[in-house]
Amino acid sequence: MNRIRGLYLFVSLLAFLGFTSPSFTSNALAKEKELVGAGATFPYPLYSKMFSEYYRVYKVKVNYQAIGSGGGIRQLRAKVVDFGASDAYLSDEELAKFPAPVLHIPITAGAVAISYNLPGNPSLRLTPEVLADIFLGKITRWDDPRIQQINLSTKLPPMKIIVVHRSDGSGTTFIFTDYLSKVSKEWAQRVGKGKAVKWPTGLGGKGNAGVAGLIKQLPGAIGYVELVYCLTNDMPFAAIKNKSGNFVLPSIESVTESANIELPDDMRVSLCDTSAPNGYPISGFTWILVYQDLSQGGLSEEKAQALADLLWWMTHEGQKYTKPLHFSPLSDTAKRKVEALLKKLTFKGKVLLQPESRP
Amino acid sequence: MDGDKAFRIGLNLTAFLFILFVGITFLSLIIASGPSIKAFGWKFVISTEWDPTAGKFGALPFLTGTLLTSFLALLMSTPLAFSLALFLGIYSRKGLRFAYILDYAVDLLAGIPSVIYGLWALFFLVPVVRWMEIKMNITPFGVGIFTASLVLAIMIIPYISSISKEMVAMVPQDLLEAGMALGATDWEVVKNIIVPYCLSGFYAGILLGLGRALGETMAVTMVIGNFNGMPKDLFSPGNTMASVIANEFAEAVGDLHLSSLIQIGLWLFLVNVIVNLVGQVIVRKVSIRR
Repeated sequence: MNRIRGLYLFVSLLAFLGFTSPSFTSNALAKEKELVGAGATFPYPLYSKMFSEYYRVYKVKVNYQAIGSGGGIRQLRAKVVDFGASDAYLSDEELAKFPAPVLHIPITAGAVAISYNLPGNPSLRLTPEVLADIFLGKITRWDDPRIQQINLSTKLPPMKIIVVHRSDGSGTTFIFTDYLSKVSKEWAQRVGKGKAVKWPTGLGGKGNAGVAGLIKQLPGAIGYVELVYCLTNDMPFAAIKNKSGNFVLPSIESVTESANIELPDDMRVSLCDTSAPNGYPISGFTWILVYQDLSQGGLSEEKAQALADLLWWMTHEGQKYTKPLHFSPLSDTAKRKVEALLKKLTFKGKVLLQPESRP
Repeated sequence: MDGDKAFRIGLNLTAFLFILFVGITFLSLIIASGPSIKAFGWKFVISTEWDPTAGKFGALPFLTGTLLTSFLALLMSTPLAFSLALFLGIYSRKGLRFAYILDYAVDLLAGIPSVIYGLWALFFLVPVVRWMEIKMNITPFGVGIFTASLVLAIMIIPYISSISKEMVAMVPQDLLEAGMALGATDWEVVKNIIVPYCLSGFYAGILLGLGRALGETMAVTMVIGNFNGMPKDLFSPGNTMASVIANEFAEAVGDLHLSSLIQIGLWLFLVNVIVNLVGQVIVRKVSIRR
């Protein structure tokens, strides 16, 4: 694993320095009968489960390197890998840098939970306004009347709030700051959204583990962590008031529910601040990125067919592996849109998934 | 003769390769940070703004963090490391068993991976510093510049002490005995004979420790708080050059962000070069005086 990973890093470094032409690397890989992907770390546990099951049944090996969304996008652009994976969708500007059109195929939905460390860890409810003001550094104490007002059943301690955020660039930060930008004008103006932003206040921890470690170490801390990480580590998390006025706890169901809304055809959409009445508002898809015409990515026809079949399987049969790993399956609305997208996949203009052969 | 010739050529080649390697590193750092150098120029090192979403990058907070933590660590560890070196250097030559065990323990300290130091600091040092901060009535973050310096100080002790210890052990027995014969106390022997004799070794040890402190990434990242702004005081969270690179490189969006991180690497390289040059000058001056 490590050696292969090292090799890819080396190849991407060469590509980065402009020492190699994309066609050379993709031809070299095309000889092997395996698909190569790279990108987001967040869906890695799910993907590795899906790929190992897929190999067991269909004998197609998928080699996925969880090097981070940014690296996955760069490697797809350099045609070093067959598919990329990202927790944030590409902007029009980023898409324009690709040599050919790229499709976003959502595989699962994830959520960002707000965790905290208070004496006795009482249940906590937060409104978007209060959450934004905490992370802006405007609410600095737990017994602030604005927090107490929405948590009448618990007596909040007279403690300072210590804000904890991710120090490394990450899709988790993107979803969280995207949400805050949507619910707070001041946040949108002062900070904005991104994988790394200029935090007005607080401490940074590296990775989910780093943030979780700081929260556990520091009484009075509040921070955001991937829901999957929260669930597997028994951390407390807050219910957030959504657009419809309901306080919703993050869960596999409430995250899936957040995608039961009107979705655009290209699926480049943020689920943050969803209008679904029971949807958890800090959610987002994670995507696999492929060239619409797979020949553009340097794939052989055989590999292109294999990739198209794999993507269909992941978004249909493969969805049964989501829940046991605390990931949220695609909603019905999302699934229909994905099917339409997958039928657009081509190899040199030839449609790969024939509409009549698929349900 | 042939063997000699081959040996000489081999050595020259290796030496040349090392110089080439340093040169190429420097050059590729400059090339890769091109977009950022073009966009910000000298303002890069004096600007305190680090805002990836707005595309504004300045390295001063990280430069400050690196220098502050490294020199603080040096300040804390040097007295400890020197007393350790004196103890080990003098007593191990007397064959004291305890000195051997201590020597072994210190060497072991040098081999511990930095992530272990980081974890230990997070679970042990952070609560201690937090308790201190509560007593001092400042925001009890527990993490910050001070905590990072503390863990760095512990990490570099073996580097300083092992070189210094070798020097102390090398002080000629005649000199020590002559000193004693003239009626000097232990303290006077240390002050007037051992320390002057070992000064250049001490400086070399400090230099090595400083180099390690400047580049340390993992342990620092875990306890410094990773705040990308100027630290307000010693107890406030901050960030260092190495740690911001480790944090943001993998998911850097856009050429400007990426090249700015590489430019930080370039400055870290330069800081290291400057520190080493100054150190070399000091070591040379001290050894000539002797």
